[in-house]
Parts: sequence; C-alpha cells; structure tokens
Amino acid sequence: MRLALRLVATLGVLLAIYGLQFGLEHGLNDYVQRIVLLAGINIILAVGLNLINGTTGQFSIGHAGFMAVGAYSAAYVGVRIAGPLHGVLGQGVLANAVIFNAALLVGALFAGISGLVVGMPSLRLRGDYLAVVTLGFGEIIRILFNNATFLGAATGYFGDDPSGLPAYTNFFWVYAWVAVIVVLIHNLTFSQTGRSLIAIREDEIAAEAMATPTTRLKVTAFAISAATAGIAGGLFAHMQAGVRPEDFRFEKSIDMVVMIIVGGLGSISGAIFGGIFLAVSLELMRDLQQYRLVLYALLLIVIMIVRPQGLLGTRELHHVLRRRAKPARPSGDA
Amino acid sequence: MTQFLQQIINGLSLGSIYALIALGYTMVYGILKLINFAHGEVFMVGAYTGLYAASALGIDAFEASGRSFPLYLALLVLVVAMAAAAVLGVLIEFLAYRPVRNAPRLTPLITAIGVSLFLQNAGMLVFSPNPQRYPAILREVRFEVLGVIVTNIKLTIFGVALALMLGLHLLVQKTWTGRAMRALSFNIDAAKLMGIDTNRVIRSTFAIGSGLAAAGGILFGLDQITINPLMGVLTGLKAFVAAVLGGIGSIPGAVVGGLLIGLAEQLTAGYLSPAYRDAITFLILIGILLLKPEGLLGVVRVEKV
Amino acid sequence: MRIQRRTLISGLGALATGLSVGCRKTGASEIVIGHYGSMTGSTAHFGQDTDRGVRLAIEEANAKGGVLGKQIRVVTLDTRGDSAEAANAVTRLIDIEKATSLLGEVASSLSLAGGRVAQRRKIPMISPTSTNPKVTEIGDYVFRVCFIDPFQGRVMATFARQNLKLDRVAILKDVKNDYSIGLAQAFQNSFTAQGGTIVVEQSYSQGDTDFSAQVTAIRGTPAQAIFVPGYYSEVGSIARTADRLGLKIPLLGGDGWDSPDLFKIGGDAINGSYFSDHFAPDVATDRAKQFVANFTTKYGVAPSGLGALGYEAAEVMVDAIRRAGKDDPTAIRDAIAQTKDFDGVTGKITIDAQRNAQKSAVVLKIEGGKAKFETSIAP
Repeated sequence: MRLALRLVATLGVLLAIYGLQFGLEHGLNDYVQRIVLLAGINIILAVGLNLINGTTGQFSIGHAGFMAVGAYSAAYVGVRIAGPLHGVLGQGVLANAVIFNAALLVGALFAGISGLVVGMPSLRLRGDYLAVVTLGFGEIIRILFNNATFLGAATGYFGDDPSGLPAYTNFFWVYAWVAVIVVLIHNLTFSQTGRSLIAIREDEIAAEAMATPTTRLKVTAFAISAATAGIAGGLFAHMQAGVRPEDFRFEKSIDMVVMIIVGGLGSISGAIFGGIFLAVSLELMRDLQQYRLVLYALLLIVIMIVRPQGLLGTRELHHVLRRRAKPARPSGDA
Repeated sequence: MTQFLQQIINGLSLGSIYALIALGYTMVYGILKLINFAHGEVFMVGAYTGLYAASALGIDAFEASGRSFPLYLALLVLVVAMAAAAVLGVLIEFLAYRPVRNAPRLTPLITAIGVSLFLQNAGMLVFSPNPQRYPAILREVRFEVLGVIVTNIKLTIFGVALALMLGLHLLVQKTWTGRAMRALSFNIDAAKLMGIDTNRVIRSTFAIGSGLAAAGGILFGLDQITINPLMGVLTGLKAFVAAVLGGIGSIPGAVVGGLLIGLAEQLTAGYLSPAYRDAITFLILIGILLLKPEGLLGVVRVEKV
Repeated sequence: MRIQRRTLISGLGALATGLSVGCRKTGASEIVIGHYGSMTGSTAHFGQDTDRGVRLAIEEANAKGGVLGKQIRVVTLDTRGDSAEAANAVTRLIDIEKATSLLGEVASSLSLAGGRVAQRRKIPMISPTSTNPKVTEIGDYVFRVCFIDPFQGRVMATFARQNLKLDRVAILKDVKNDYSIGLAQAFQNSFTAQGGTIVVEQSYSQGDTDFSAQVTAIRGTPAQAIFVPGYYSEVGSIARTADRLGLKIPLLGGDGWDSPDLFKIGGDAINGSYFSDHFAPDVATDRAKQFVANFTTKYGVAPSGLGALGYEAAEVMVDAIRRAGKDDPTAIRDAIAQTKDFDGVTGKITIDAQRNAQKSAVVLKIEGGKAKFETSIAP
C-alpha cells in the first residue's frame, strides 16, 4: 500500500514538473529560463556538496573537478551513443530521453569513481590539509582536461556537430533530477548512515571509539557527493554549446562553498536556498560583475564572523517551521 | 647541459621567492594552526606597492634617460613595500582572524578563503586586471657563465632571500620576540599562562611574514617582467605547498621546500611540458601528505583527545 | 501543508520577478544593433578599440539620417574575455535589448560561443576580426569582414620564407586559445610546404607570466625566428624573456599583437619583430586617412586594426539593413550575404559563399616602439 502511494506521489511530482516546464517555456524568454535552469543545477551541486562538507564535516573545496568529470563524460558518451541509439529508437523524444539520462548516469558513475580515487588518500587528513588537498585534486583534474587533446583540450569539447552539443537540458530534466537527488540525500541524511556521518562531524575520534567505520563512511559519502556533482555537470554541459576546462576553475568550487555556507552548513533546505540564491544573485549582479566576487568574499567573511551557521545552521526548514507549532521531537523511523 | 643548468638557475631563483613567501605561511600556521590563504594576496599587494612607490620616486624619468635607479631609492622602495604589507597583514589578522580565533577549525578556514578572494578581486578593481610592466628598480645586467645566462636580478634574489632568511633565523633564535613565537607555536595556552602577550606576538608574526612576502613580491616583479592582481593565487598556493613539504612550522623547512618546489616546477616546465608546471606542485603536495605528512624537516605531532 | 504554501508563494514571487525582467519595452522607432566585446579583462584593448570603431560608424550613419528612416542604437555588452559570458551577452542582447543584428566578437573563441547562440536564434552576426575558420562554419547567420587564419598563416609563412629568407622557425603558441592554435597550424602547413622547417613547437597558456622554460628550450635549437601567434598580453613578456636570455632572433606574429600594450611591456625587446594585421595606419587610401582623422579627433587616439574593422563591420551592417529594406533579422542576413565590392576603409569588401571576406593582409615591422608598414600580401 505504501509503495503504491509513493509511486503515485512520484508520478504526480514528475507530472507537475512537466506541466511547469510547459508553462515556463512559453511564458519566459531564453534569458530567464537559463537562470531557472542554473538555479536547479546549483541546487544539485549544493545539496550534494552539503552531504560531505555539511553533514559529514569534511571540508572539500575542489568539487568543481568532479563536476568537470561528470560534464565531460556525459558529453562524450552522449555523443558516442547518440548515433546507435537513434538508429534503434528513432529520432523522437524517447530516444533523446534515453540518450540523455544514460549519458548523465555514466557521468555520475565516472564522477563517483573519481570521488573514490580522490577520497581514499585524502580523507585520512583533517581540516585544513584536507581542504588544500581537495583543492589540489580539483586543479589537477582541470589541468588534465586542459591537456586532453581528444576532449578538445583548452578549447573544450563540442561534440561532432559544429553548432555544439545537443541541448538536451530543459526544465523538466533539471528539476526531475533535483527532485530525485534531494529525496535521495534527504533519506540518506535522516537514516542510520546519516546519523553516523553526523557523528563523524561532531567528534570523529569519539565516533571511531564507538566502532563506526569512519574512513569507509567518509569515502562513501565523498563518492556519492562527487556523483551528484557529476549529474550537475552533465546537465550543465548540455545547456552550453560545449564543455570547457575554464568552466570548472577554483571559482566554481568557491561558488559551491558559498552556496552551502549561506544556507547553513549541514542543512539540505539551506543548500537549496543557497543554490537558488547564487543563481539569482549572479544574474542580478551581472552589471556589477566586477564587484560580484568582492561581494561574495565579503559575504563569506561577514557570515563567518557574525553568523557562521548561515541561514538555517544544521536544521531543516521543516524543523524550523514545525518548532513554531509543537516542541521538537527526534525524527522517526530508521 | 647548458639548458639543464639554465633551468636549474631559473628554478632556484623562483624557489627563493617561494621560500620567502613560505616563511610567512609556516610561521602563522605554527602558532595559530591556520592556513593564511590571504598571504598570497599580501605578496601581490607588496609587489604593487613597490611599483607605485617606484613610480612616485620618479623611476619613469630614470628609465627614459637610461640611467639606473639609484640604490638608496631602490632600498627605500623595498622598505616602503615591506612596511605596507606588514600593516596589511596585521589588519587582516585583527579584522578577520581574531574574531574567529576560537571557533571550530572550519570557520577560520572559510574566513581565510574569503579574505583571499576579497583581496584578489579588490586588487583587480584597484590595480586594473591587466598585467603591468614592472619598473626596473634594479637595472638588468646580463652575464654568461658556461653558456648559462645569469642576470644580476637573479643574484639579487638569492642574496636578498638569503639575507632575510638569516635575519629571520637570528630573530627567532636570539631575540625575545622570537622566543615568544616559538613558545606560542609549542603551546599557545601555556604561553598565555606564562604572561606572554599573545596578541602582540601574533601581530608581530603576521607583520614579519607579510614583510617577507612583500620583498618576494618585488623580486618576483623584477624577475617576471609583469605583475597582475591574480599573481598571488597560484604563487601563494605553491609557497604553501613548499611550507608543507619542508615541514609546516619549521623555518629551515620552508626554505628547503621553497627551493625544491621551484626546481620541480622549472624542470617540469622545461622537460615535460609547461602545461603541467602547476600540476606537479599539487602532486608533490598529495605525495608528501600521504607519505610523510609532517614534512621533510618537520616533527610528528600527536593529536590528543 | 504550511510549508508547501509558503514555497508556492515564494515560487510565484520569483516567477513574477522573472517575467518582469523578461519584458523590456523598446522603441519601435529605432533599430537596435548589439555589440558584444571584451571591454574588461586581459584583452580589454580588443573590445574597447573595436567598440570605438563601431560607435563612430553608427554615429556617422545616424548623422546622415539613420537607416530606413530610423535612428540606430548600439548596445555594447562586456564579455570580459570569457566565452560563457559571450554566450550570455548575446542571449541578453537578443532577449532583453531586442537586437535584430549583432556585431562581435574580436576573439575567435568568444565569437564561436556567441555565434552559436546567434545561429540558433537566427539573428545575423558579423565578426569584425575573428580569424579562426570555424567561426563562420557555425551556420548561415554568422559572417565576418576580415580574412581567415589559413590565409593569415600563409601570409607570415610567405613573409618569413621569401622576404626574410628564413629556413628554421620555432613556434610558441597559446594552447588556451582557438585563434592561436589555428594560426600556428596554418603557419606550419604553409611554411613547411614552402620548404622551411619548424624546429620545435612550445606552448603556453593565456595568463601565464613565466616563459623562461619555453624560451630556454627554444634557445637550445637552431631556430632563426619564433612564431608567436598569441595575444599582446603575453607577447610583450615573451619578447623580454627572449631578450633577457640572450635570444636575439626576431619574433613573428599575427593580428593578436595589435595593441599599444605590446610596446609598453615589450619595450626595446620587441623592436625588429614583425606581425600581420588588417590595416596599416601609416600607409592608407584617402578613405582610410579620412577615417583615421575622424577617429583620432573623436577619441584622441589613433585607431588600431581593430578600430578600423569595428568601423567596417558596423558600416557593412548598416548598409545591409538599408538593402534589406526592413528591420528583420532574416532579411538583414540575406542582405549581408549579398555584400559585394563594399567600399570599406581597409579595402573593398565582398562576402563570399563561406561568409568570409577576401582581403589583403599587411605585414608590419616594429621599430622604435611603433608598428610600421613593411609589405602587403594579397590572397
């Protein structure tokens, strides 16, 4: 019975998103649509990064690298399988859907694997060192793509068509994936595993003393986080003409950090807010572009000094709102 | 062979600059356990201060007429830049780091990143993002030794770096401030209990480190022909890696690390590919943290619960 | 439930804001041309000079009554030298500024990014100076009024081989830059086809400041010159580095060198080097001299090749709008495609079937901190 209900709910949400897409595409111009799509991609990035930085408390500032891995893999695979799959499934929407999602999943897979590769050695380190090592890995990944001639090197990868990569990314796919990832991460965070991750954040040594397999959990969380960044990367790639190493510089990793700091490190709803905030503020400040990063930097500093927990701290929006109605209760099922 | 020697000379001069900057990182980390991400930007500001100071002292007139900038004016430029950087360093500490000194480790880290970003972008607004030619505070004289070109600038880099490092060593070993700095890096709470004014010592540490970075900045500008507001980002990061490589908290370690990183970078750029010159530094970082996290000259620290 | 209502309201609020941003009123009594260029960033000179040329042309056209009875408004957006930004700028010009035609960009990578958007949205675009062949290959809405790199590479290769009588040249290219990669390849093809040898190929990335490793490596080869098809921001430093390391051979380059900053940074080291360009201000036709005079009077500085081409691109666009007879992107596109023997400041312009212009190139020599005309090479 519960399963049936869940299925109906899922279908309902997907239909709602589809309906919204229809309305939006006909109501808004290209420019605003782009902001909405970027907001969705940001949400995925923020929620994913929040899992490792916020919930598990391991500071990674090189996440743009995983996004890059996902973007390039999804783009490359998408181009390669498009031919054969169009042959089998024809040229219609179904074929595109299959190609796109298969590409995204491959992107997520490669990103997740690179998350494992980076995570395994790095997560032995703590705090500042971990941060710098992840930064280093992020840069190394970007430099590798910058020199990979079969992927277009510094110019970027544009597929086989001179007009660029196929523009699969639209409102429906972005927000469908947003829904999927938010639900997944939410369930993970509020599960037994999630509680172990929080324990690692609060006091790693104590957690280890309680027989929590900290390294294994940290690496797993890291890989999952990287995989979600990979999905975001794949979505991002297919709304641009191509994938370029320039898009995944350190600034991108910093943007991601700003997203989760503003919303509150450890809060999923905070991350959602942070993602939207960044996309919107980016566009609002378009004319003040040269001041944008200065303002973000000041924002980071001021938040750290005045309200380091950001908007929501480690609490979720529904906790904050529920608190108004009745006293807090420990969350339910395991 | 001459190419190899040339790359070595270039690597060592670059490495000396890294060493000067690394000293600042290592001293601050030793005491506060904080990576001062903004240190690279102090280096940048020092370089720009040198540029503007030289302009103010009329270097354009000297260059146009072909005369060398007088040595006493060059030294004045150096002093002004080092002083300005010291002030900046202390300001950063006071405004951004002190309020979060006792917060969980993550908070000062993010603050430091924030300060770094702020200075980079403020620099782009104030100094213009385009590369600017560095004035000939020291006029370049070239000589060839065994087919290798050495300029007086490279020799000056070695000389100044060496002098400053010796000066620092004397300061840390022989003076009261130095002893206080060593005490704080050993155990900051005990030092406080011993009646040491920790705030003052921390201020001095930032001031000295920043001054050294500024000297590095001027030397960098003379060597690299142009400067730009983002020059501190990668250079600062590499200097940090140098500090880690040598053993964070160890002053001789910072020097050794700096020279090694400089050499590795030049040799990679020359023999492998210029595209990987930055990657090699990160690879070294990852390697050293995995194999010998305390660094080459560092001491293993036990984390107590 | 309480949460969903709140989210719904804020969502609607966001939508409302979005819709209001999306609808901007424009005067139906004017024609809007969009210009996207690097007004800031390391190649700011490119965009600024081109913009000056564009604005001068539009001002002159407006003074003569505009076109189709309406005044022309030019909206310039900054790409900051970034290709994602270029795509965004073009999207904004089309959606918010309601431009019916576009001018830009200078840099090929940015033209590629902006061009793809223009093609998809079917708004005609003329690039003043992008020389990479791929730009006009995007589609039938993308044009240019300059020569392309296969030709430019051949120009310098021919000059090196025949005028300077060189046998061995090294290449130092910018791998972060489509223009540089394409031009280096074109030069190599032509130079080796004419019997020369490329002794070594080194590379750097736009934004680098240290070239000692690459120059030291070149120093170890018997190269007689170095072909540096990059942007002025790095070429000056490269020249100084070479000079400092005792490498006294000339540098050869392309139109990316064209900026006063080249001389500021390169100093004495850049004297004796050569580069190809679209326009030589010191040897010019009457039409060109008039243009230079007007430009200098209005702006206080002499135009570079980019200023001249910006002017030309704008002139061609205005002429096309006039011939199209209406402010309609498709009609304008067709008119541009039919441009024949248009009298431009850098020569007669005919847009060929590949949407490129057949033009001659000039080779300039740097002497005493200035670029002087050396020779001209026709296609």
